[in-house]
Amino acid sequence: MTLLSLQGVTRRFGGLVAVDAIDLEVADGGVTAVIGPNGAGKTTLFSLISGFQTPNAGRIIFAGEDITARPPEALAAAGLVRTFQLVKLFQNLSVLENVEVGCHLHTAGGVFSALLRSPGTRRAERETEAQSREILSFVGLDAVADAEASALAYGQQRLLEIARALAARPRLLLLDEPAAGLSADESRRLTVAIRAIAERGTTVLLIEHDMKLVMNAADTVVVLDFGRKIAEGPPAMVRENPAVIAAYLGAAHA
Amino acid sequence: MMKLPAIICRDPLRRGIALIPWLVACGVLAYAFVAGGYLVTVMSIAMIYAIFVIGLNVFMGFTGQVSFGHNAFAALSGYASAVLTATYSWDPIPAFAVGLGLALLVALAVGWPTLRLKGHYLAMATLAIGLIVYEITIEWQSVTQGYMGISGISPLRIGSYEVDSDRGKLFVLLVIVAFSAFAAGRLRASRFGRALAATAGSEDAARALGIDVARYKLVAFLVSVAYAALAGSLFVHVVEFVSPEVFGLNMVVLAFTMLYVGGIGTLGGPILGAVIVSLLPEIFRGFKDYQDLFYGSGLILLLIYAPKGLAALGDMIRSRGKA
Repeated sequence: MTLLSLQGVTRRFGGLVAVDAIDLEVADGGVTAVIGPNGAGKTTLFSLISGFQTPNAGRIIFAGEDITARPPEALAAAGLVRTFQLVKLFQNLSVLENVEVGCHLHTAGGVFSALLRSPGTRRAERETEAQSREILSFVGLDAVADAEASALAYGQQRLLEIARALAARPRLLLLDEPAAGLSADESRRLTVAIRAIAERGTTVLLIEHDMKLVMNAADTVVVLDFGRKIAEGPPAMVRENPAVIAAYLGAAHA
Repeated sequence: MMKLPAIICRDPLRRGIALIPWLVACGVLAYAFVAGGYLVTVMSIAMIYAIFVIGLNVFMGFTGQVSFGHNAFAALSGYASAVLTATYSWDPIPAFAVGLGLALLVALAVGWPTLRLKGHYLAMATLAIGLIVYEITIEWQSVTQGYMGISGISPLRIGSYEVDSDRGKLFVLLVIVAFSAFAAGRLRASRFGRALAATAGSEDAARALGIDVARYKLVAFLVSVAYAALAGSLFVHVVEFVSPEVFGLNMVVLAFTMLYVGGIGTLGGPILGAVIVSLLPEIFRGFKDYQDLFYGSGLILLLIYAPKGLAALGDMIRSRGKA
């Protein structure tokens, strides 16, 4: 079954066509990786899917619904949650609170419930905390739960962003270069975490430059170049594709 | 919960320094009660400002937004209380309810369109509304009596019990400040408060997690306006007089000073800031012609040596020790 489907999605910036009539199907379950040289349109594609930009043409269908041009908060509520290439943690909050913010969609209560703080509200708060600690231990951050988010090492900050996104219980998790800036060891652990997320039933769509991670984590690889899709298939097949080799190494090597 | 005891055991010096501003503030308030006189009035005004700044902190500290015109909402509610009780002989509480409703309606009209836009549109709009309301209080003489102001406003009254002694007023204000701070603390430590903090931390990340940041900014704005309205009404009943200057632009300047000196984003900062900043002119009064110079220098020193505010004094000592 198809979870996410892009039909002729196009985004232009002035004369530049960043994303050019892309068709893409992401199956429900598993890990799909989008790769491509710098400037291939990967980040723009992610912004379009997650609602931070709107396409000039084309449609985006998620779980059978047309979600084209819906704002990010509406998409998150529909089950589509993203992380950012440049980590955007809530530096002013603790590690635990960052994940608790991620639980926002699955909890209730505004000003009045905060002021009254009834037994029901307290119970919900305790549940939120317990769930958040569980997610933190899933990504291996339970030991630093009470630290300030800004005090974390870079690799831990990346993991916290993923933990926070998981707390929103997405059906589709979009990871924008999750391994950027990670050490080889951290990147290996991230690969394991991404597989574990997929096995827990969350579909993962990621952009990545780290080929080792892509080859080990992804079930399907989509290759973009100059805003267009040039290849799609299982990692082993894509690796041998002449068009892909040409895009990465130049035509002479194909 | 793990962190707190560790700090207390390991670093008594830091804890002691963090307590100093609180000891000063509590000492001054206690002394005002015992000694009475002029200091009681100064502290009463300080407590009214504390309520105003606690509210401002919800919008600026918790949510990371800016408003230059919160004085307008204190003015709307203050004048509603003044006119309805002095001219139309209403009871203070229903008069306040009307003032609060008026302030919230105007805040909704200003905040709804501007908070949907990215950027500092609300800050500009609030600056404008502050100036507009100020002009109205001067020019609409048939109701506000212009520069003359309205006098003979009834003191605070709860049912048939009237609070007319200075000490009694200060006591009532202290209770209201305690409730205000308590309410702000509960707001911060909730799902609502976390959504505000997320908005302050990164709007993009907050939206990606499903938080409707435009809506939360608006609600935070309305909450802080409610505090401003409460402060405005309390002012006219405590001083029993109101004129346009009371809620002028100087109110914004003073409130900002209190917020930053006390510690923006902290829970205790607004109260500390209100007490200490209200005290400074009294301390420097003896310098006569030079008092503004000393007042200004005092503020600059505070901001250099306690950049995160008096409420965060303990944190600063620790980071200094590390560096």
